[in-house]
Amino acid sequence: MAVLVIAEHDNAALKAATRNTVTAAARLGGDIHVLVAGSGCTGAAQAAAQLAGVAVVKVADAAHYADQTAENLAALIVAQKAGYTHILAASTSQGKNTMPRVAALLDVAQISDIVAIEDADTFVRPIYAGNALATVRSGDAVKVVTVRTTAFDAAGQGGGAKIEAIAAAPDAGVAKLLGRELTKSARPELAAAKIVVSGGRGMGSGENYHKVLEPLADKLGAALGASRAAVDAGFVSNDYQVGQTGKIVAPQLYIAVGISGAIQHLAGMKDSKVIVAINKDPDAPIFQVADYGLVADLFQAVPELVTAL
Amino acid sequence: MKVFVPVKRVVDYNVKVRVKSDGTGVDLANVKMSMNPFDEIAIEEAVRLKEAGVATEVVAISCGTAASQETLRTALAIGADRAILVETDADVQPLAVAKLLKALVDKEGPQLVILGKQAIDDDSNQTGQMLAALLGWSQATFASKVVIAGGKAAVTREVDGGLETLELTMPAVVTTDLRLNEPRYATLPNIMKAKKKPLDTFKPADLGVDVAPRLTTLKVVEPAKRQAGIKVADVAQLLDKLKNEAKVI
Repeated sequence: MAVLVIAEHDNAALKAATRNTVTAAARLGGDIHVLVAGSGCTGAAQAAAQLAGVAVVKVADAAHYADQTAENLAALIVAQKAGYTHILAASTSQGKNTMPRVAALLDVAQISDIVAIEDADTFVRPIYAGNALATVRSGDAVKVVTVRTTAFDAAGQGGGAKIEAIAAAPDAGVAKLLGRELTKSARPELAAAKIVVSGGRGMGSGENYHKVLEPLADKLGAALGASRAAVDAGFVSNDYQVGQTGKIVAPQLYIAVGISGAIQHLAGMKDSKVIVAINKDPDAPIFQVADYGLVADLFQAVPELVTAL
Repeated sequence: MKVFVPVKRVVDYNVKVRVKSDGTGVDLANVKMSMNPFDEIAIEEAVRLKEAGVATEVVAISCGTAASQETLRTALAIGADRAILVETDADVQPLAVAKLLKALVDKEGPQLVILGKQAIDDDSNQTGQMLAALLGWSQATFASKVVIAGGKAAVTREVDGGLETLELTMPAVVTTDLRLNEPRYATLPNIMKAKKKPLDTFKPADLGVDVAPRLTTLKVVEPAKRQAGIKVADVAQLLDKLKNEAKVI
């Protein structure tokens, strides 16, 4: 029995989410193979080979994997299916995009966003924005699974996997990347940060968001996040969104500033170790999950906090 | 160009669901049900495509119990031309829905299927991608902008790092994200008109699809509750707690 993990990477380096997925694979038992599909992706393949517990890294290096389109990745994964009982990927935008396509081509169910593994067939996953946890059993021969990365630790280094080149699958040629507008930031990646500072509607404007929260994030070495209300209002771009349909985070410290705490937002951050809420409304639902609540005007409290740090 | 818009009847997004005490699921008795919010965005987008002269017909489809007719009438009130209900009392999981939709696509030949990226009940985020795979079509998930011209769809997607724009060769499947559009409210005259629009009903067997569930739910539990903490008096006390009690900074 062997488990195939689909690597997430930018060709040069492995994305952190892959390491959490490898840990989930290790819980299943059996050999762990990692598939790296990319273009000029030797760097990513070598990084995957160093992950503890990985036996084999399969590399498909071809121009039509440069953009990581679901059509081409899914076709490759299906071509590689022989010998695997489980195919795992992180529940990131890439994993969510690709894996259901793989499952449908294999005529199996996908088990989405798992937070625990009971046995090789049985998994726990949140439903209803995390207001319930369902334990589900799959009867399919191959389990296609996406993994909630915050629920599994990152795999360590020190592995020495064999790297094997594999043949690319044909180019479907139906989807072409026209461009990417990726947020460039020197701050830690939101989904993997130890401290997250998040702003909501209470920030009032994009200008205020940056002016008030950036100094705090800088002092703490934190990632910046936002509620859906702040993203919808155009304060910050979509990749800041924490919540049911945005990013799921579970940092050591989550500081919610001017966020009321809709259930959809709580779904994305309630597994944080320590939650701080700063809000002028003493009845805001966010205080029901906060370890430390400060009822105050954020425009006074946050600069005061920055000065005191 | 005909456009299909699959819609799902789900617990309203404002409802805080309760897990049943016997652990078999969540309590749906007397709970407000609505159209999945992402599907509402999908209907709106399709209707806008029709208003722009890009689409010729918008067909809303739902797979579920007879009560899903209500959801389809909402779609018709927003502006869909007609509706199809695949009626079943079974627990239809994403793969089964994708197969039912494929059968209807094969029958009617739409060039575009727009649907929500995920349903807010089971949070699976699978159906659109599965349908694209079964049809062998291109796909663009998590769309925040859709431009269709000359047999191609340019779709801007919300991805983890920001945005990316794909050019798809049609036919294609597009799944919607929150910021694609703001759905209109159905006006009373349109709600009245929607009652007269055609709604066809099929059974899964009519379409030759086996909808037997592949995943068995063994139990459903409430997650561990977070205890509300304390209110601190000021910034100084907050900082003291974070440093000396929680030890996180």
